This record gives sequence, C-alpha cells and structure tokens, in this order.
Amino acid sequence: MLHTLAVLVENNPGVLARVAGLFSRRGFNIDSLAVGRTDNSAISRMTIVVEGDDLILEQVTKQLHKLIDVIKISDITKDEYVDRELVLIKVNADAATRGEIMQIVDIFRAHIVDIGHKTLTIEATGDEGKINAIEQALRPFGIRELARTGKIAMLRGFKASSVNNNGKEDV
Amino acid sequence: MQLSGAEILVKSLEAEGVEVIFGYPGGVLLPIYDVLYDSGIRHILTRHEQGAAHAADGYARATGRAGVCLATSGPGATNLVTGIANAYMDSVPLVALTGQVPSSLLGRDSFQEADITGITLPITKHSYLVGDPAELARIVKEAFYIATTGRPGPVLIDLPRDVSGAKADYKEPSEVNLPGYRPVLDGDERQIGETTRAIAQSHRPVIYAGGGVITAGAHEELRQLAELLLAPVATTLMGLGGFPGNHPLSLGMLGMHGTKYANYAVCECDLLIAVGARFDDRVTGDLGCFAPMAKIIHIDIDPAEIGKNVRVDIPVRGDVKRVLTRLIACLEPVIASAWQEKIDNWKKEYPLAYGEGNGLKPQFIIEEIYRLTGGEAIIATDVGQHQMWAAQYYRFEKPRTFISSGGLGAMGYGMPAAIGAQIGCPDALVFDIAGDGSIQMNIQELTTAVNYGLPINVAILNNGFLGMVRQWQELFYNRRYSQTELKNPDFVKLAEAYGAEGIRVTEKAEVAPAIERAIKSDKPVLIDFVVEREENVFPMVPPGGSLNKMLG
Ligand SMILES: Cc1ncc(C[n+]2csc(CCOP(=O)(O)OP(=O)(O)O)c2C)c(N)n1
Repeated sequence: MLHTLAVLVENNPGVLARVAGLFSRRGFNIDSLAVGRTDNSAISRMTIVVEGDDLILEQVTKQLHKLIDVIKISDITKDEYVDRELVLIKVNADAATRGEIMQIVDIFRAHIVDIGHKTLTIEATGDEGKINAIEQALRPFGIRELARTGKIAMLRGFKASSVNNNGKEDV
Repeated sequence: MQLSGAEILVKSLEAEGVEVIFGYPGGVLLPIYDVLYDSGIRHILTRHEQGAAHAADGYARATGRAGVCLATSGPGATNLVTGIANAYMDSVPLVALTGQVPSSLLGRDSFQEADITGITLPITKHSYLVGDPAELARIVKEAFYIATTGRPGPVLIDLPRDVSGAKADYKEPSEVNLPGYRPVLDGDERQIGETTRAIAQSHRPVIYAGGGVITAGAHEELRQLAELLLAPVATTLMGLGGFPGNHPLSLGMLGMHGTKYANYAVCECDLLIAVGARFDDRVTGDLGCFAPMAKIIHIDIDPAEIGKNVRVDIPVRGDVKRVLTRLIACLEPVIASAWQEKIDNWKKEYPLAYGEGNGLKPQFIIEEIYRLTGGEAIIATDVGQHQMWAAQYYRFEKPRTFISSGGLGAMGYGMPAAIGAQIGCPDALVFDIAGDGSIQMNIQELTTAVNYGLPINVAILNNGFLGMVRQWQELFYNRRYSQTELKNPDFVKLAEAYGAEGIRVTEKAEVAPAIERAIKSDKPVLIDFVVEREENVFPMVPPGGSLNKMLG
C-alpha cells in the first residue's frame, strides 16, 4: 500500500541526503519525494510517498524520527487530504496535430507554456490520477520530455501538520 | 570576545568537561594542535587513528562519559570510520572531530579531501560540517548533548581548515534547542500498567537484559526486579556486567554462544521481559522459534528498536532506569517458584564446561584471570573465540567492566579500548583478552601504552589460527582451513621491542604466575598464552538455527 507522509525537517545542509540515505539503507521504497521550504524559512517540508505495509510504515516513521533534523512526521494517508502534482510535458506537435493537442489541454484544464517549432510544452497540475491520464492522452503524439514534481499534500480542514516558530508542534 | 575557531573548539570542549582527547595530527589540524599545546586537556597520541577512535570508545564505555577523538582530513578521517561504526552499533557516546580542507577547496578532490560527513552518514547519530566559527560553540554543545542523551551514539564534527583559523565572536551557547530531538524518558503509564498485569499472570518469566541496562545505569534496579520476581536474568554480550554473573538468578549469556540453561529458559518461558536489548540475530537465532510461548515486553529508550525484529506484545518506550524504578514500585514480591527449580536443574545438568586435553585450555586461562583478579578487573576483548570464552568464563559482577565490540565485531578493538579504559580509570586493573589474529590489527598501540606508562595487561590466547573462522570451517566446511592458519611473529620479542614486558606461557603451571606478574607490574605486560590450537567455543547455536538446538 502507498502511504503519504508529511515530514517537517530543519532546513540544514545535508538533510535530504540523510533522509534519502535512510530509505535506501533500510530498504524502504520511495515512490515519490518532493521538498520545499515552508512559511518558516528554517523549516522544509518533504512529502514522501512510500510503499509498504503497516509494519514497514511503523519502522519508516520511527527511523525517520531518529534523524535529529526531522521535527515532525504525519502519515496523512488515512485522513482527508488534498494532494497535487505538477507536470511539464514537451510533446511533438505539427500543424496537423496541434488542434487536437490543444483540445486535450483544455479538457484537462492544463496550460500551454511554450510553443516551439515542432513542439508544445504543457503544464498540468492535479492529483496523481489526472497527471497519469494527461500523460496517457498525449503519449500518441510523441512525448519528447516529461518532468513531474512528485506529489505534495495537505490535510483538509482545520487540522494541520505544521510547527510554530519555536519548533513546537501546533495543536 | 574574538577567538579563532580552534580556540572556540578547545574552549567548548573544556566547557563540556572533556579531560582527554585521543588523536593524531595532520596539516589541516595545525591551528587546533597549536591551541591544544597550551590547553589543560590531555592529549593521547595513538599510533593510528583507528586506535584513537577505539580508545575514545573504550574510555566512554569504562567511564560512562563521552569519548573524544581527533583526526586530520582525508586518510585520518577515513581511518576513524571503523571506530565510529563500532560506537554506533554499540550505542557508545563518542564525539569524533575531523579536520577538513578549507571550505573554498571542498568538493574539488583537493589534497586529503574526503567527504567524511557523507561517508559516516549511516554510522553516526548526527554530524556537522561546520561553516562558520561563530556556530562552533553551539555545535559542540549540541554534539555532546546528542552523543550522551537518549540512546547514545557517535556524533561527528568536520572542521574545515579556514573555520579553525578564522576569528569569530565567542559567546557561551544558550541551552540546546533541537526541535527534532526530544528523547522520551518516562514510560507510558498505561504500558507500565499492562506490564505489571502481564508479570502478575506469568509463571515462567525470563528477563533478557542488554547493554541498555548499563548505559542507563540501571543495574541496581534490574537486580531488584529480578529478586522481586525471582525471575532469571539472561544477558546479551553487551549486557554482561549489567547483572552480577554470580547471582543465583543469573543465567549468564544467551544466544549463539550462550549457556544452555539461558537458551532453554528463553525457549520455555511464558513471559520475556527485554530490557535495553535489541533482538540481534546472534541472540535470537531463528526468529520463528524464538521464545515461542512467551508474551514479549520490550523496554527500550529507542522506539525504533521496538517491533523491529520481533513482534512485541507490550512496548514500553523510555529510559530503562526510570521505567524499572516505577515498575518495581508496582510489583508484589514472588515467594517461591517451580520455574526457579526447573532452571536450577538445567544449570546442574548443563553447566558451562570444557574437556581436559594435553594442551593449554583457553577457557582455563580466562578462569584463572577471573580468579586472580577477583572478578574486579576491566576486561577488554578483541573479536573471535577468545571474546566468547571471556564472555562465558569471566563472571562479570559490575557494569562497565566488560568492554567488547558487540554489534560490529571489529577485530583490533581490544588493545586500544583497554588503553582508553585505563586512561579513564587509572586505578583499575585492565586486561585485554586478545586473539593472535586480532592483536595484530592494532598492535602498534602497544607503543601508546608504553609511552604513557599505562599498566594494561594483554593476554593473547594464541591458537595459531583465526580461530572463530576456523571453527566454522571445521563445522560447516568440512575442515577446509582456507586462509585461517596464521604464521605469527614472536609476540614476546615484539612486546620487548615496544618496551613492554613479554611473557610466554605454554604450561598449565605457568599460567597463574604469569598473570600474577602481570597484575603486579606497573608496565604494560603482554602474555603469549600458547593454547590448544583447535579448541571450539561451545555451546553453539548454528547461525539461523533455533536456540534449543545447540552443538556441544
Ligand atoms: C576487522 C575484522 N576482520 C575480519 C573479521 C572476521 N573474523 C571474525 S572472528 C575472526 C578470527 C579472529 O581470530 P583471532 O583474533 O586469532 O581470535 P580467535 O578466534 O582465534 O580467538 C575473524 C577473522 C572481523 N570480525 N573483524
């Protein structure tokens, strides 16, 4: 089963290597990992999608907690949450196919962000299902390049997985 | 106050109460060594950085305080790696300081550059690459805090040459504030309640005690718990000394080379109380048959250890000493138990024993060292058969008296660790029990012992083999002794060349006088005990086997 973890870490040099190293060393499988800073510039947030049963997840969480730079881990899989991923796709496009591609872009409420001589570059955001679907839809035209950010996620409603400025957990 | 990075480092070490550093200089360390020249901190110059790391580790195990080692960039730093891994595996508080090339040269494969924070990532509790001397005081304070609290472990501080040289304002660091590091110390009330109920329902409890008991200083509480419940105590290799080896409730060591009665007791118990132990494969054997009838309670400060290898019925996370103290307060004493009788019968039926032969028996030498030191010595060991015999036949009474590389099993650990222990406990009688293979991995440290007038005693159980490997070849590879026979130097002459005293013992009658002479001598003494060549360590649970199926 895939689990989505929201992990808050101190924004120290090497923190990504520590987290990534831990996963490979202990044989945990990362499905995707996205990192960026939070509203507090000293704290970064990692969204890690990890494959495993409850026992593996328990170990992943406990081992992550042992890293000094890791402040908080929330497994939000079982809660209501919003998740998004962004993809950039450069797809072959000539006069004959351009129209059809633009229709697909419309259907997915995606955007064209660059037009080249023989290509279009498309940006789409959405949950994993939508991103997979647009990739599928564009594949027949010939995808020249594709970049996905990996998923980021946030709990719905008032609940939050964050920390306040003192590094204490919000309640 | 403006100070150089090197001055801030040394000042911060002094503030942490560091009395000794084990180290070895090099180019990028010049500013630091220059400050150490006038410092009150004692510096012990080893002959290899691995020796420095192991000595700092031995110092830490013997005293309970953090050990500190120092090495230069590149090869100096990489020479520390085995020592750091060793401290990591056995949860030893170690602060490793390394020099690094100047920040401007980092990442360019500069002369003597090695990415030591990267290399040691999986074997440190935490590490720092210092970017600014102004941060150094805080970093040193954090490093000692992290190394010594919670589940202890090694912390590495990598110091680029320019950081030690540059000046910065020195301010005493404020309290440590690490939002991501808050060890849980008190066990959960509910879990402790469940534990007391499980104990009350049990008829055949066994306490399985690991190194965590010693780390937490909980040996007294462990004894009280055992006596209250009349529960027998089996310790791991790391736990030796955490429970008195001569106590009627002691089962000695369990696991691969544990006593038969310890392993039988674990197989038949209905409640296993694991205290500061981690269910290592050398202890459990086949997990499928480990304590098959037992409810398992696991008390440990590291939550990640709970449920890692075995299913646990009652997890209790917290400091072992605090948890045991509260547990003892809730428990009713047990008056007598049939279980105790059963165990006493096993002890009578299957005592630890070895046969008599023509040659000198290694087990006999350990027994004699035990007898002549009154069980009062600090015993460091290397890794192999001699280590197991030391664990089996020296009945450790007190915590911090058995100093051995458990998790990593690093040959070459013994002598430098004995040196560190002797520095930390100058009045203690220190023995290193070594193999003829292992001793040669850090024999150069005999110079260190001689230079500093450390009266350590090295007992080599010289069987002319890499004995433990030979034993496996005998048992599992049809006696094909591939690359395990050793052609050794003359250890007595070698000792003398180093300025130590050397004694060779080949006869039973010479054993006691040699040990006595070593004990009396105020010089390092090396005794070359020429022992029976193909003696085996028994009992033995074949690797991956079930604990109740022992050879020997
Ligand atoms: C650094 C290192 N290399 C290799 C080993 C594998 N090993 C384990 S025990 C052993 C034999 C040790 O021989 P010796 O020191 O003579 O001790 P004995 O077993 O004969 O008592 C070896 C090679 C090890 N534990 N550590």
